Amino acid sequence: MTSIAMRKPRWRAPSVLPGFGLTFGFSLAWLSLIVLIPLSTLFLKSAGMGWHAFVEVGFSDRAMAAYRLSFGTAAAAALVNAVFGLLVAWTLVRYDFPGKRIVSALVDLPFALPTAVAGIALTSIYAPTGWVGQFLDPLGIKVAFTATGITVALIFIGLPFVVRSVEPVLADLGLDVEEAAATLGANRFQTFFRVIFPAIMPALFTGAALAFARGVGEYGSVIFISGNMPGRTEIAPLLIVTQLEQYAYNGATAIAMIMMLISFAVLFTLNAMQSARRRRLGS
Amino acid sequence: MRQHAPGTESRTTQVVLILLALAFLAFFLVMPLVAVFIEALKQGIEPFLEAVSNPDALAAIRLTLFIAAISVPLNVVFGLAASWAITKFSFPGKNLLLTMIDLPLSVSPVVSGLVFVLLFGAQGLLGPWLSAHGLKIIFAVPGIVLATVFITFPFVARELIPLMMEQGKDDEEAALSLGANGWQTFWHVTLPNIRWGLLYGVLLCNARAMGEFGAVSVVSGHIRGETNTMPLHVEILYNEYDFVGAFAVASLLAALALVTLVLKSVLEWRFDLHSGARH
Amino acid sequence: MNTLPIHRRMFLAAAAATALTVSLAGCSGGNKSGNSVEITNVSYDPTRELYQAINPAFATYWKKKTGQDVTFRMSHGGSGKQSRAIIDGLEADVATLALAYDIDVISKKAQLLPADWQKALPNNSSPYTSTIVFLVRKGNPKGIHDWGDLVKPGVEVITPNPKTSGGARWNFLAAWAYGRKAGGSDAAAETYVKQLFSHVPVLDSGARGSTTTFVERGIGDVLLAWENEALLAEKKLGAGKFEIVNPSISILAEPPVAVIAANAKKHGTEEVSKAYLEYLYTPEAQVAIARNFYRPSDPKIAEQFATQFPKVNLVTIDKDFGGWANAQKTYFDDGGAFDRIYTKK
Repeated sequence: MTSIAMRKPRWRAPSVLPGFGLTFGFSLAWLSLIVLIPLSTLFLKSAGMGWHAFVEVGFSDRAMAAYRLSFGTAAAAALVNAVFGLLVAWTLVRYDFPGKRIVSALVDLPFALPTAVAGIALTSIYAPTGWVGQFLDPLGIKVAFTATGITVALIFIGLPFVVRSVEPVLADLGLDVEEAAATLGANRFQTFFRVIFPAIMPALFTGAALAFARGVGEYGSVIFISGNMPGRTEIAPLLIVTQLEQYAYNGATAIAMIMMLISFAVLFTLNAMQSARRRRLGS
Repeated sequence: MRQHAPGTESRTTQVVLILLALAFLAFFLVMPLVAVFIEALKQGIEPFLEAVSNPDALAAIRLTLFIAAISVPLNVVFGLAASWAITKFSFPGKNLLLTMIDLPLSVSPVVSGLVFVLLFGAQGLLGPWLSAHGLKIIFAVPGIVLATVFITFPFVARELIPLMMEQGKDDEEAALSLGANGWQTFWHVTLPNIRWGLLYGVLLCNARAMGEFGAVSVVSGHIRGETNTMPLHVEILYNEYDFVGAFAVASLLAALALVTLVLKSVLEWRFDLHSGARH
Repeated sequence: MNTLPIHRRMFLAAAAATALTVSLAGCSGGNKSGNSVEITNVSYDPTRELYQAINPAFATYWKKKTGQDVTFRMSHGGSGKQSRAIIDGLEADVATLALAYDIDVISKKAQLLPADWQKALPNNSSPYTSTIVFLVRKGNPKGIHDWGDLVKPGVEVITPNPKTSGGARWNFLAAWAYGRKAGGSDAAAETYVKQLFSHVPVLDSGARGSTTTFVERGIGDVLLAWENEALLAEKKLGAGKFEIVNPSISILAEPPVAVIAANAKKHGTEEVSKAYLEYLYTPEAQVAIARNFYRPSDPKIAEQFATQFPKVNLVTIDKDFGGWANAQKTYFDDGGAFDRIYTKK
């Protein structure tokens, strides 16, 4: 065993377990083949178009409006999900009620339901002739084909990210701390905001950020309900498709590249934060 | 101030919070689901059956199953390998690797489709070479498989990595010290420990593989009966004003989602039992 | 050693999957075998019903003539999107798109067919034509009779996005033609069209999406549509719920067809593809065309269906807009008139 460990490259900490070379090598190769090489074509293509052209198409007025819409609606949906996701997670962890198991299973529906199906279903509900739309329309509230509709779709898509991130942390949170706080005279609100909330804050943030990242790129459920008006209800992924369809590969690439960099930054920060927390808790 | 046990809310507050949560879920999750089935059966069972037994619909169902059957096993192999490397060893750059694995989750599906077009399209980097050798990737089944594998790439690994991280490597080290070799250790120690998590990942991976729309839409070519997956077929029927048909096929996908959820709950339950026994 | 099979099994599974994928890649390209032949027709959105009617008829005709069985692979989508797919390698034998520019681009960017493809068949290679009409709700509650009525306060107009939809580009140009006639200049036309688009609440990416928005979702007071789409909606979708209004001026829309020569050659389908497109000009096909609400190019058949297709004052793309290449550049490319309308609010 020792000899195996000795043969391993020195840059990783020694371990008695075998298979690092095989699994790491395979993972890296497969990752490169499926994810990295295809994604790198984006870099190649962007590099080929020159900085000036890249900025011009990547930050055109129309593109900026699309980013604003995509990031704005995704942020709004993440915010709603943070509030209600926390509420759902809280009731699932803390309270007992009939049908709880079904409700718990249902939370994952957006993971399991194809986005296109969600899209046509939401459209049929919120269109002015739809189930809910027919009641909202006379009140002058328009959901389908507006930014509100996009937000509704993104709330649907993002909810499980928040619930599933917060749930385990909430479950692990011992009641003893809360009881201690209560004994010290804190009321329930104080306990929640001073004791519970700080403890679940990182998980809540992670969940909301995942929902946000997913929402920014969401396409299937949004295109049916968005209305697709350039500058008003045209989301960034749709703009990529539109650019592609009018042979503007450079435009499509530049916008895709900008979106990917932002996604990458969000994810990398999250992973770094998580492992920092793990280290802190571990030590 | 406190009429009730510390650490809990009054029953009234509880009921209000529960009702609020349920109302939110009913409005945002249940209603769309119910809408699919109601729209599908709006004109009775006959048009529904007709729509799902139409040759194009059947071809779409076959294609969707075929694609899931290829992409899920590929991602299982990758998920196992990646989580072994990541959780059993420590090496620099792990965060970067984790982020790379997560990347397909947050890259817009449209972008995932786009990169394969840039790579394999007739005007793409490898396009001329592929064309010269008579190989078709984009607008054919291989392109759809590639896009699906890309999209579902992190699903198994993401389920396994936290689980295996939590389980540590004591069991494996014990097995090795008792004389088992690497594969035996993996097969008899690791795999039983992670099987429920693995199944869970497979389930999510499968659901996404069958339901992917954005990426597949970019690379499919939309040839009826040939490169149309179920979600694409839904869109096509929808665009043909065949709403019953569109919702009928959509309801099959929704039913699949429900089956996934049921299986998932069963797994969770077994998983809880299992990990409960471990601790 | 006894654990090796697991290892091998996994790799075998992966290898088998890969092999399957590659072999599929290989065989999906075969288009001609023995006594049967397959044509891939890549078309735009509203032609679904039309080719559903024509394909079986041509199959019968071709079987009788040559003894060969012909099958079809149909792909429908927005015209620009379909053109892009062909450029990127969707191996269409024939393209039947919404406007000539989308086929010009295939010739220009991918060199899959000669630049003068439009001369290959009669009538600019357009076996059927159409025009742009208004579809309004029953009883015409907003009193819409001509283009000028579209920009009255409170009127909502539904049209797809000219950037992606072929039909929308015809819509745009028809509106422009009115603006030019009414105001006497291109500047006046731009003002009018800008005003018109400020009345558009939803801009779908394709003609089909717009019809759905108008008919099913109940949004908007008037739909700018292909005449064939409008007739279809009026007759089949919501019988008695809609009315067609013919404006004082519109545009002659010529959806062209072409054999994608390089692909047909590769598949050995040149002969049947050419025959297929020529068949569209036969009286039999022309009747099917008229029944599917397209204007037949054959004057005799057109005569038979005269009541269905009222005479409208039509401008043409070549005479009034200097051809598609020019129109595309002036109006629809990035920085063109459409972008000006949408960016400078």
